[in-house]
Amino acid sequence: MRYTETGFNLEVDLTHGNIEKVATDPRDTELFLGGLGTNAKILWDRVPPETDPLSPENIIIFSSGLLGGTLAPSANRTIVTTLSPQTRLMAFSMMGGFWAPELKYAGFDKVIVRGKASGLVYLWIDNDTVEIRDASHLHGKGALETAELIREELKEPRARILAIGLAGENQVYYASIEHERSSASRGGIGAVMGSKGLKAIAVRGTNDLNIAHPAEFWEECDKILKYIEFRRENPIKGVPPILAGLGSPQEMAINDEQWHTTSFSWGNARVRRKDFWTEETEKRWHEVQSRSVERLISCYNCPMRCGAIVPHPELPTHRYMMKCYSKLTYVMGAMADDLEFGFRIAGLAQEYGVDGYTAPQVMAFAVELYENGILTDEDLPGFPEKNEDRFFYLLDKIVHREGIGDVLAEGVYWAARKIGKGAEKFDHNTIKKHEQIPIKLGMLNPIYYILWSTGEKINITQIEGQMPQAPFPTKELKEDFIKDWVQIPTGKEEKFKQFIMEWGEEGKRFPFWPPIDLICELVEWQETMHYIDDTLGLCAGLSSFPLKPAYHIHNLPVIISHATGLDIDEDGLWTIARRTRNLVRAINLRRGLRKTDEKPPEDHWKKRFPEYEAKLLDEYYKYKGWNTDGVPTRETLEGLGLGYVAEDLIKRGVLKGNGTSSSEASGEKEKN
Amino acid sequence: MKEKKKTKIIKRIKIDADQCNGCRACEAICAAFHAEPKYSSVNPARARIHVFHDPIRNIYLPVYAGEYTPAECAGRNTYTLNGQEYDECAFCRASCPSRDLFKEPDSGLPLKCDMCETEPPLEEPMCVQVCIDDALTYEEVEVEVEEEEEEVKVEDLELGVEALIDKYGMDKLMKTLARMAAAKEEGAV
Repeated sequence: MRYTETGFNLEVDLTHGNIEKVATDPRDTELFLGGLGTNAKILWDRVPPETDPLSPENIIIFSSGLLGGTLAPSANRTIVTTLSPQTRLMAFSMMGGFWAPELKYAGFDKVIVRGKASGLVYLWIDNDTVEIRDASHLHGKGALETAELIREELKEPRARILAIGLAGENQVYYASIEHERSSASRGGIGAVMGSKGLKAIAVRGTNDLNIAHPAEFWEECDKILKYIEFRRENPIKGVPPILAGLGSPQEMAINDEQWHTTSFSWGNARVRRKDFWTEETEKRWHEVQSRSVERLISCYNCPMRCGAIVPHPELPTHRYMMKCYSKLTYVMGAMADDLEFGFRIAGLAQEYGVDGYTAPQVMAFAVELYENGILTDEDLPGFPEKNEDRFFYLLDKIVHREGIGDVLAEGVYWAARKIGKGAEKFDHNTIKKHEQIPIKLGMLNPIYYILWSTGEKINITQIEGQMPQAPFPTKELKEDFIKDWVQIPTGKEEKFKQFIMEWGEEGKRFPFWPPIDLICELVEWQETMHYIDDTLGLCAGLSSFPLKPAYHIHNLPVIISHATGLDIDEDGLWTIARRTRNLVRAINLRRGLRKTDEKPPEDHWKKRFPEYEAKLLDEYYKYKGWNTDGVPTRETLEGLGLGYVAEDLIKRGVLKGNGTSSSEASGEKEKN
Repeated sequence: MKEKKKTKIIKRIKIDADQCNGCRACEAICAAFHAEPKYSSVNPARARIHVFHDPIRNIYLPVYAGEYTPAECAGRNTYTLNGQEYDECAFCRASCPSRDLFKEPDSGLPLKCDMCETEPPLEEPMCVQVCIDDALTYEEVEVEVEEEEEEVKVEDLELGVEALIDKYGMDKLMKTLARMAAAKEEGAV
């Protein structure tokens, strides 16, 4: 018997209307666990690197994680993997909610969709009965509205539905996939659904999901719950309230937004407003938020209330659900001081299905171009005076791909190059062709330098975590933080604790401190824990993201072993995560990712140190077992059982014969 | 002088729907706790608690499985509370012919909350334990009773058989059982 996974994928070919239930290979589970890991393996095996992301040949995988649907709190993530139209690299955006557990109960670990339907369709998975159904009547409908209509049509209120809005249908490069309170929004995966004519997937499942060592597994899950309760009573001391607890930043429950509004940049990642958060603002925002949040809500089997129900009279559904930082992205992008505007536009944008990080940045970019005469009244006929109104105007143009909206629909990087006339200069906050969180700071942070440069999940919040954002101000707070810091990997305890104790002291400040080997270890630890979560389907909010999370490298192997019956220890789990990490990198290298793409925007920090930065990158590559071009060496790949990947990279000239490719060779290739 | 009334301890779960976050941890743990062996599988469709969960209408309502009933209700009324419209069925605990709720998904046999009675007894039913937002809380209260009632304990088996009788009729059920018993005996020889 297979434990925690169903052992079956659902394969759907929309071109031919073919649906198959396919048994999966248990050896892949041992090598990659599930979720992101097995998704990457499928993408590597099946999608040739020259594939156009918006062509029928691209596939899109909707996956649960290995622990998805079990009693492990927060094991509810849906991991969507495909090729991104925006970055042209592998996209692996994910979301919480209820969809992936329901898929497991229906009897599938993944839905793999290829081809292109002749019209707009949706997929209905009712346990073993799967249908491709006509969705022409849902054309242009909002994402939540679509879900409502499908539930009514199927007469199944318990069906869990993910859907795209108009932005996805129109293949906006940053179109999201929306599901109840959650969004999978990075990399334009909604556009890939749209390119296939797939409006939504509804699922209902009533089958058992089996556990290998039931009593032992539940005992571990119960400990997680108890720890969550403990942390409610014992927030981390000495950090902003928004970072003191578990979950994603509790922005629906907490009103105090001083940290985000004063640390992050406003407009087109342009202005830091250190004095924004006044008593008066706090009072006004508190009033708006109390009025706007009807109920705090959770994802499947997780007590954290990171989301909220928000009334919205303009929407056909009259309500929508919000989470986290999207409350601020539009407000800050539009330089609007009004939180109400944020709640209003985010609701519309979510129904259209656009990424709440990227969309406001594209709009802020357009506003800057207009103010600098690069876009004119001809491009923006009837462009309103007020920034807030301009954002509504731009949202409408973008999702309809109307006029200049058709260009802006491709994101800042591509739009800047299409518009020309110096627009490229205003593209100052993208990495790997993708908008990043608007942070512009003073002194280079060497840990974040590597994270921003080498991250392939494209979003910094998806690879960072567990480390305070600044040194604790007092010795007492430092001691308090490290005294029960059990989350550190074996063998690194003393080093990491010493880092916390010394950080901020005389001579112990960035950028030339700490030693590079420790920087590499801290970076790898942060990112690796995310990759583990993404294979298991756990939410980073209880695991890799917050300070002192509930899940960590010591209890995860125990949890996985009891759940699955596999015998996995700390080293084994680390190796699996490394295997996935290197396979993801190989997929991207094969699609053209190069060292030159691995750099934060020039103005990310005021104080830069080019030589030192180059050294940081080189040392990190070396630490990862990658050559000077950032390509995993033959030894690294073979050591992870990825010899076939090494062979392919060598065949394509990405990796040179003996496993070390020189910079000159790849430089030549780029000129070609 | 009036005779002192008899009392008994009632176990009950208090439901504060305003606190419900819709996570359905109660459903998951209920299904797992009642699996054989305990926690060996999860399938919320087997749960004896169901969260009526309709975020767009802000409806978050945990309901426990109560008695089985062979008959459907004649009318289906709606209630409006605090501006939200609820279907009457959303408050109903019965396993009944009008819906597939509170029935074993494979056999269709009715399910009923047993307050997780087990040996040794739990401090609280499992759903209450996992609901750390306190939408579900457990209490034991002493109530006066008019007279000692003969408590008829309908065990799981009886409950199931009763449902089968209602569905197929006593006669058909007896015949089937007799035939199965005979077949089993034959197989054993």
